[in-house]
Amino acid sequence: MADDIFQGYKGRALEVLKKYQVRVWGQAVIQSTRGEFRGTVLPRSENDDDKHIVLKINTGYNIGIDIFTIRHMEEVGYQKAHYKIPEKEFPCTPDLPSVKLFGTGGTIASRLDYRTGAVIPAFSPGELYGAVPELADICNLSTEKLFAVFSENMGPEQYLDLARAIGKEIENGIDGIIIGHGTDTLHHTAAALSFMVQNPPVPIILVGSQRSSDRPSSDSTLNLLHAAYAAGHGDIAEVLVCMFGPTSDEYGFLHRGTRVRKMHSSYRSTFRTIGDTPVATVTRTSIKPIKSHYHIRRKDRDVTIMPYWDHRVTMVYYYPHMDPEMIDMLVDRGYKGIVIVGTGLGHVNRELYPALERATRKGVVLYMTLQTIWGYVHMYVYETGRDMLAKGVIPAGNMLPEVAFIKLGWALGQTDDPEKIREIMLTPVNDEITDREPYNGYLVYQGGVPEVEEFIRRVHK
Amino acid sequence: MRVIYPQFMKKKFSAVKQYEKTRKAIGYVPRRKATGKDYQRIGFLSGLEVHQQLKTGKKLFCSCPAGIYHDDDDFSAEVIRHMRPTLSELGEYDGTALMEFKTRKEIVYRIHNDTACTYEIDDTPPFPINREALEIALEISLLCKLNIVGEVHITRKQYLDGSIPTGFQRTAILGVEGEIRLKNKKVRLLQLSIEEDSCREISDVGHRRIFKTDRLGMPLIETVTYPDMFTPDELREAAEYIRFLNRSTGRVRTGMGAAREDVNVSCRGGSRVEIKGVAHNSWIPELSHNEAFRQYALLNIRSLLNERFPEGKGWKPAVKEISCHEYPFKTPLMAEACEKFEKVLAVNLPGFHGILSHFTQPGKGFASELSDRLKVIACIEKPNMICSEELENPMAAADLEQVKRWLDAGENDAQLVIWGPEDDIPTALETIEERCLIAFEGVPRETRKSMPDGTTLFERVLPGPDRMYPDTDSPPIPLEDDYIEKLKQNLPPEVADRYRQLMEWEVPGDTYFYLLRKNLVPLMEKIHRKTGISYRFIGTFLGHTLKHLEGKITSHPHFGYEKIYGLFRYLHENGLDPALARPMLPEIMKHPDMQFGSVLTTIRFKKKEEEELLAPIGFLYEKFKDTARNPTRENAIHWLMGQIQKQAVGNIPLAVLRSEIEERLKKMEASGEK
Repeated sequence: MADDIFQGYKGRALEVLKKYQVRVWGQAVIQSTRGEFRGTVLPRSENDDDKHIVLKINTGYNIGIDIFTIRHMEEVGYQKAHYKIPEKEFPCTPDLPSVKLFGTGGTIASRLDYRTGAVIPAFSPGELYGAVPELADICNLSTEKLFAVFSENMGPEQYLDLARAIGKEIENGIDGIIIGHGTDTLHHTAAALSFMVQNPPVPIILVGSQRSSDRPSSDSTLNLLHAAYAAGHGDIAEVLVCMFGPTSDEYGFLHRGTRVRKMHSSYRSTFRTIGDTPVATVTRTSIKPIKSHYHIRRKDRDVTIMPYWDHRVTMVYYYPHMDPEMIDMLVDRGYKGIVIVGTGLGHVNRELYPALERATRKGVVLYMTLQTIWGYVHMYVYETGRDMLAKGVIPAGNMLPEVAFIKLGWALGQTDDPEKIREIMLTPVNDEITDREPYNGYLVYQGGVPEVEEFIRRVHK
Repeated sequence: MRVIYPQFMKKKFSAVKQYEKTRKAIGYVPRRKATGKDYQRIGFLSGLEVHQQLKTGKKLFCSCPAGIYHDDDDFSAEVIRHMRPTLSELGEYDGTALMEFKTRKEIVYRIHNDTACTYEIDDTPPFPINREALEIALEISLLCKLNIVGEVHITRKQYLDGSIPTGFQRTAILGVEGEIRLKNKKVRLLQLSIEEDSCREISDVGHRRIFKTDRLGMPLIETVTYPDMFTPDELREAAEYIRFLNRSTGRVRTGMGAAREDVNVSCRGGSRVEIKGVAHNSWIPELSHNEAFRQYALLNIRSLLNERFPEGKGWKPAVKEISCHEYPFKTPLMAEACEKFEKVLAVNLPGFHGILSHFTQPGKGFASELSDRLKVIACIEKPNMICSEELENPMAAADLEQVKRWLDAGENDAQLVIWGPEDDIPTALETIEERCLIAFEGVPRETRKSMPDGTTLFERVLPGPDRMYPDTDSPPIPLEDDYIEKLKQNLPPEVADRYRQLMEWEVPGDTYFYLLRKNLVPLMEKIHRKTGISYRFIGTFLGHTLKHLEGKITSHPHFGYEKIYGLFRYLHENGLDPALARPMLPEIMKHPDMQFGSVLTTIRFKKKEEEELLAPIGFLYEKFKDTARNPTRENAIHWLMGQIQKQAVGNIPLAVLRSEIEERLKKMEASGEK
């Protein structure tokens, strides 16, 4: 614990602090070859070098001091920062629906501690009410932190826990569920919950934010309000992803958990329904359905929780002249299911055939999905496809690769029998395979085309 | 509540007279008549934040081109954002944040594909900082004698007005604690930061503010001085000095909006008020003068109010909604408001008689402070109110009587009638009460917008320093000693040293301002080094001839000051008199692509040998003697100069011509006497 007073400092910078007996949060006067500097010593980020000391100067800015320029240093004061978030009690309004918010680790709302520059997450109902008071006009909110992991670390274990927790909440009579989630793997979790929580009577809304909640222009607040409305007041009782429609602060989309994908690394409007339209649009006071068919909210509590998973599932992104050993190795390591992400209509090169045949022979199930993201696997069009069918590769229709991976892991968790797996895989739970692709299911317009430009100029992006 | 009222209010009241009277009472003097004593009396104190765009090809945190501007209607797409305050540590919104949230503005960004990418609109994290910009900013930091930091930390500074789509500006300190040397004093510099420029506002009407994003993200530096300036003139001198210093690098942008000042002003007992975005240094004295006096006036209002309400606390306005259909107003503005708006309200301000027309700025009374805030905070466009003490277009007497009756107002009260959309009225009433209560305390800390007439308008509540936090998207940038040393080697001389240099070279004093503003001293040095022409000649040529021509003719876009170097080099290499540059310059400014030889033809210059030029002197002198009424020697020289000068320019210097003429006359006279 002794080192705690030099939070984050290491190596030479730590030696300098120790030498002059200046602590983190100490007010320091530093004499250097570049002149005098005054300020509060701040903790240093673990990954930064050991050649600088971070100072917060009077005007609120941070600067770094090169330790090799330091001639003398003195601590003239000390004030440790205390992170304290005041809570206000979340008001309970009798006529409003009760909504449960599950936290998984993503930051939904936050407060800033300007003195230290820290961004403090707000999560408990009281904290959230302090940050987003409008929530209280929409629902009576309760919260539960299930995990504290980054989106990229969410995995099967968490899917199972989440599914069970959701089941319990539904049994207890909740009107709607929100799951706060980092955005990177939001659609993986959405797919998993779509399969593990079947026939839910209430909306289950996954929500995140693309731009951090400390910024005044963050999408987090609006996403949360949209999600709260959809969970509490919406009549779409499905697993849905609720994120920005356009990048503008205008409305959100409710995407079906099995057809949604993150399509841009940083855009606010990154989540898109692929091969279909979103189920609905949502604002903080209304939901407008786009699709005419969806599962309607029910009074009963007849949800089926199917918490199954087998880790022996993997996904292979095919590239030209992939070494067949890639498949062999997976088979030898004991994998039971492989989702192949193939080119075009669902192809891999001939060199892989023996490896595919061997895999099938050894009881490994192979499913074909597409690198093109949009469209159906059509393995009858070319000979290559027909060959592969013969080798036991099963086309997964227009199931998204990530969704097919999740579904295969879930199916393998239930049975080892390839036939039963095939039945599970190809029987859609909620549109992960659709029997038709509407024309407005694929809209990647290109800039530069006059009518597209005209549209973009008129309609907020 | 015990209320004491002064006697004058019993008499017949005139708002204009009250305005004049209070202006006198606080001792306002127009700037032209103000002396150091006046500023000492009111305790004038001011500092500067000088913004200067850097001349780089690209923006600071993305690869969009910098310095390309579009018309308001020239855009590819619009994006809408709302700015939401983030709670501070104590769980409370700070003043500005609260105000901006109250305004509930919808912010529209107009994007042009040529000048904005997904970064500007905050759909992509920042790219690594533009090193060219960083280098220029460091050069200027060194010129400012600042202590250079060891590591640059990009910081987020919150802005909720929408001028930056993220809601914060990325900014970083490069140096602290420097100084500049003015004529009679040193001014301390607090810090210099590099930052991204903000959007340009297109309009701000009601709840909708529109920005364009062409300027957004361009590299900018901000030089901040301590409040070391005690008169408006000192303030201007400091502003000029910093501008010259920035330009002395030759690596900053010039022209409209490339350099902008925020001027911090207070008077003794007042508060720091920031006048934003002053585009011309020449406006600084008037603006700062008026602001200091506005504060002085507000302090007087405070005393008056505290005299009237010696027990303090408990002041509250009374409000009554007006049903327009029951009483047709005679005042046109009020009748119009009744037509146009959902809500019209009468407000009684107890004890504010004579306050609303109290002088605050030239042509403005305290009422304008209320109206400004109604516009900005409640988003109700002007005219948004009328009061019982209007300086122009007063309320019809009958209307005022009616309003007073509705409010059951006492004779020592003042009245407002306000109007607007129903949703904005609660904020409007809060705003009025709040501003009136501040009047009991003194001067609110504000940022104010400058107007060309030297007055200012309320813009925002001044944000506290507590709005900075680290930018987690950018790693710290180390500044090694070697790098700083290398930059030090290539610095231009200091501006103060430039002044001294110009004096030593005996360049006329009236050219300094122009030469430094245009950063022409390096050009002078270059010409001198190449041609040996005296600094005095070059300085005069640039500071008089060029400056004069720039005011008179529009030069061709291809014309640049480098052409002038080329011109002197050409004259030098061809053995021509540098004086030829004077007649040649206007042609070169108009046709910079023309060859210098052709320019000479244009101005009808013919190369002649000295002998050829001087040969006709004998003949001409005879002619002079025959025709002159007063044939003195001096007149003869004068007349002969006039005859030969035109052809001589460019061939021999005029001083040489004159001495040659004198010489020959002497000889001729001598031989004539024989």
